[in-house]
Amino acid sequence: MPANLSARLCSFALSLFLIAFALPAFAGPFEDAVAKFANDDYSDTEEAIGVVASSGNTLAFPIISALQDGRLMADLDSKKVYVTGADGKSIDAATGQPVARVPDSASAVRLNNRLRRSVDAAVGSLTLMSPDLGMRLQAAQSVFKSHEEAALEAVEGALAKETNRAVKATLGDARAAILLYKSDATEVQKLEAVATIKARGDQEALALLTGIGSDQPASVTKAAASAIGSIQSSLAVWSMVQNAWYGLSLGSVLLLAAIGLAITFGVMGVINMAHGEMVMIGAYTTFVVQEVIRTRYPVLFDYSLLIAVPLAFLVAGALGVVIERSIIRFLYGRPLETLLATWGLSLVLQQAVRTMFGPTNREVGNPSWMSGAFELGQITITYNRLWILCFTLAVFAILLAMLRYTALGLEMRAVTQNRRMAASMGIATSRVDALTFGLGSGIAGIAGVALSQIDNVSPNLGQSYIIDSFMVVVFGGVGNLWGTLVGAFTLGIANKFLEPVAGAVLGKIAILVLIILFIQKRPRGLFALKGRAVEA
Amino acid sequence: MLTKSTHDIAASFSRRGVIAATAGLMLGLASLTGAKAADDTIKVGVLHSLSGTMAISETTLKDTILFLIDEQNKKGGVNGKKLEAVVVDPASNWPLFAEKARELITKDKVSVVFGCWTSVSRKSVLPVFKELNSILFYPVQYEGEESERNVFYTGAAPNQQAIPAVDYLMKDEKVKRWVLAGTDYVYPRTTNKILEAYLKSKGVAQEDIMINYTPFGHSDWQTIVADIKKFGSAGKKTAVVSTINGDANVPFYKELGNQGIKAKDIPVVAFSVGEEELAGIDTKPLLGHLAAWNYFQSIKSPENEKFIKAWQTYTKNPKRVTNDPMEAHVIGFDMWVKAVEKVKSTDPDKVIDALPGIEAKNLTGGTSKMLPNHHITKPVFIGEIKANGQFDVVWKTPGLVAGDAWSKELDGSKDLVGDWVGKKCGNFNTKTNKCLGSGS
Repeated sequence: MPANLSARLCSFALSLFLIAFALPAFAGPFEDAVAKFANDDYSDTEEAIGVVASSGNTLAFPIISALQDGRLMADLDSKKVYVTGADGKSIDAATGQPVARVPDSASAVRLNNRLRRSVDAAVGSLTLMSPDLGMRLQAAQSVFKSHEEAALEAVEGALAKETNRAVKATLGDARAAILLYKSDATEVQKLEAVATIKARGDQEALALLTGIGSDQPASVTKAAASAIGSIQSSLAVWSMVQNAWYGLSLGSVLLLAAIGLAITFGVMGVINMAHGEMVMIGAYTTFVVQEVIRTRYPVLFDYSLLIAVPLAFLVAGALGVVIERSIIRFLYGRPLETLLATWGLSLVLQQAVRTMFGPTNREVGNPSWMSGAFELGQITITYNRLWILCFTLAVFAILLAMLRYTALGLEMRAVTQNRRMAASMGIATSRVDALTFGLGSGIAGIAGVALSQIDNVSPNLGQSYIIDSFMVVVFGGVGNLWGTLVGAFTLGIANKFLEPVAGAVLGKIAILVLIILFIQKRPRGLFALKGRAVEA
Repeated sequence: MLTKSTHDIAASFSRRGVIAATAGLMLGLASLTGAKAADDTIKVGVLHSLSGTMAISETTLKDTILFLIDEQNKKGGVNGKKLEAVVVDPASNWPLFAEKARELITKDKVSVVFGCWTSVSRKSVLPVFKELNSILFYPVQYEGEESERNVFYTGAAPNQQAIPAVDYLMKDEKVKRWVLAGTDYVYPRTTNKILEAYLKSKGVAQEDIMINYTPFGHSDWQTIVADIKKFGSAGKKTAVVSTINGDANVPFYKELGNQGIKAKDIPVVAFSVGEEELAGIDTKPLLGHLAAWNYFQSIKSPENEKFIKAWQTYTKNPKRVTNDPMEAHVIGFDMWVKAVEKVKSTDPDKVIDALPGIEAKNLTGGTSKMLPNHHITKPVFIGEIKANGQFDVVWKTPGLVAGDAWSKELDGSKDLVGDWVGKKCGNFNTKTNKCLGSGS
């Protein structure tokens, strides 16, 4: 693309309509190409993208970017193509003339993955000189990704004018990527390119270097091979860091799911098979909250989880109190009956939710601050996992503080350690039982809010967590919250280091076997309660 | 009318709370088990899980059969008799499938059964259908390697879904490196074996194929998605062929979206993800990922539009989606009705002999035919996920593809054919000219 055109593009936004009006309306190659968008044929569309992008016409950018966003409408019968703007105004794509309204028979021009790549490359080369910094960076990245020879001139032009360091570096990478694959680039240019890409050091660099093929000068092949080696060894170190992060993240999910159980099972000693269903009810509460927000107050969507957390706690907690009062209190000291009763209860709750909400998954959206990821060195950290880790630690800290510093916490500990003594000191033990069970259930409900962000919201949600939760609590040591914390993170990290070696299925089996062996050795778990607190 | 009352109960579930639902459930069970064999109706068994893990997919198929029976009865039934549905709930419990199948055939005396989803449930009921000589219509895409006299497979065999999808990626997306990711059970394992053999026959090297299995309901996809990303950075175009089943899909796609793997870079083509599964996900980050099926709701044809409208009216839900296994039931049901009308009897032997050769309109504008190997001819479509949770068809086979009961890619089965018309055999070896006996 000629550099003067790129310069002109900078100001296209303001002068678009003026210039468009001034254009003579005759059918040239540009108009023919635009009409091809209305053929509803992928190869025609691809051809049209190529011609339009390199036409130098001021309408090129609006057309291609509209195509990218699905705003390019084509009428298959009249072969007319329209660009609809975000503001509802539309123009005729071939002439730039504004049109009153796009006919109903027009539909968005369809794309497939191959075309989406061409569109991205075209938008990239068209926006390299955009006044907007973010747009320039994106453009440089997409040119780097597509590294098409045709973009070389534009990249070099942009590189000469660029002042921002980040954009400049990406442009340099893009230039190197193009040169590396350009058949008639000199050996010196290629060697420089290898060095530039090596400095990048990420997986994309690795992909570029491994893909150059064997028809290169010997020196380039050699340089590339050594660059690949050094990138691979640095990536190997990063992959350890990555495993550790994944382990922490998995551990936080396990902890979150188990923390409520650590109260009902760990502290109270109730084998609560319906624990998973409390998690599920928390997730469904999130769904209901989001539904209400979506239909009534869409602006609040980003806060939906914050609203859902207390509600889920209340709903699941209240249900927990009801369950304790109506079923579990009659079964204290009879673990087998408790197990069967709560298991039956879990089936009842599942089927109840299935009949009320339907058997299919419900969509719980991610608020914008929980979507996407950022790069830390060579590892990708997704926001939802990061937030869940923080959230879990916060819940854990609050729970710990509550047990330690509040009157209710004190009563709970008193009742679970020595019920009769506590009763004779004037503590209403049955009330404390109900509240403790409610607290454990409520926390499970909160876990449901977080888990709705990474898992299915379906009636089966709880089932997949119940085994893991028991595993964590038993492994960590029954009756000890710190044990649950350490247990969850140990299992998470062990799992994630085993998974790349043994695969997901074998990894899971290996963990189970290890836990069984461990429990044989230490039946009371990692952190066993000692002294008088241990009930006979 | 049983159909009607079951439907009313279902409707009341959503309106009232738990108590009403439980009461309704008991009432429903009582009325189901108490159903008397009446001579003026033809009984149709529905064997789909309405509770447990598979309820998510199978409940819709139960509704589909009830809907089809309702429509058929409006037209006067079959052979002058009304159809009557007998619905049982095998509760996603594989041995229970066999028990319930036996109950349907011996106690309720059904003439035909429409049912099963997972391959393991089908394998569990096979001996029952053989022993009691009844008919099963199985509506889901599966791994093939089976042709039983008593079973009619209306879903896709691997050559009607997996192979065309891989062909598309190879030709149109120029994919050179393949990740075969699946849930760890019989369907993904067999399909991947077939695909691996097929890819190698097309010159793909072993190092360019990565095979990965995960447990049912796997929810932590961080490592695997990172592995896929790493595998994809070898300088060759990479694609993922996913036989990941059921609930594991949502967290998988969420992780893909969050780690920023776009369909433009590494497309994922799925064989078990349809409109129903997408209903639980925000599909915007998934734009461009693919699915291969023999039917999509978005396909424009008069038959399809009519069907969707009638279905949404029947379920009283204008947003209710349709999917591929539903279409398979539509075709299978139509074929069964035609066969029964042809022989004027519901005698299993007569109907089984009459079915091969029967043609029925599919919903995508073609006519499917029951083949001698008890599979049917179907068109194959590749669809891209759109932002509204529907699919946009980007490719389709020029004509209908005949289902192969035995894969031509595997050494153990390439010489076998199923032919219940001429050879009366489910696994006839064309090399040795011998029937190997059992059909699976």
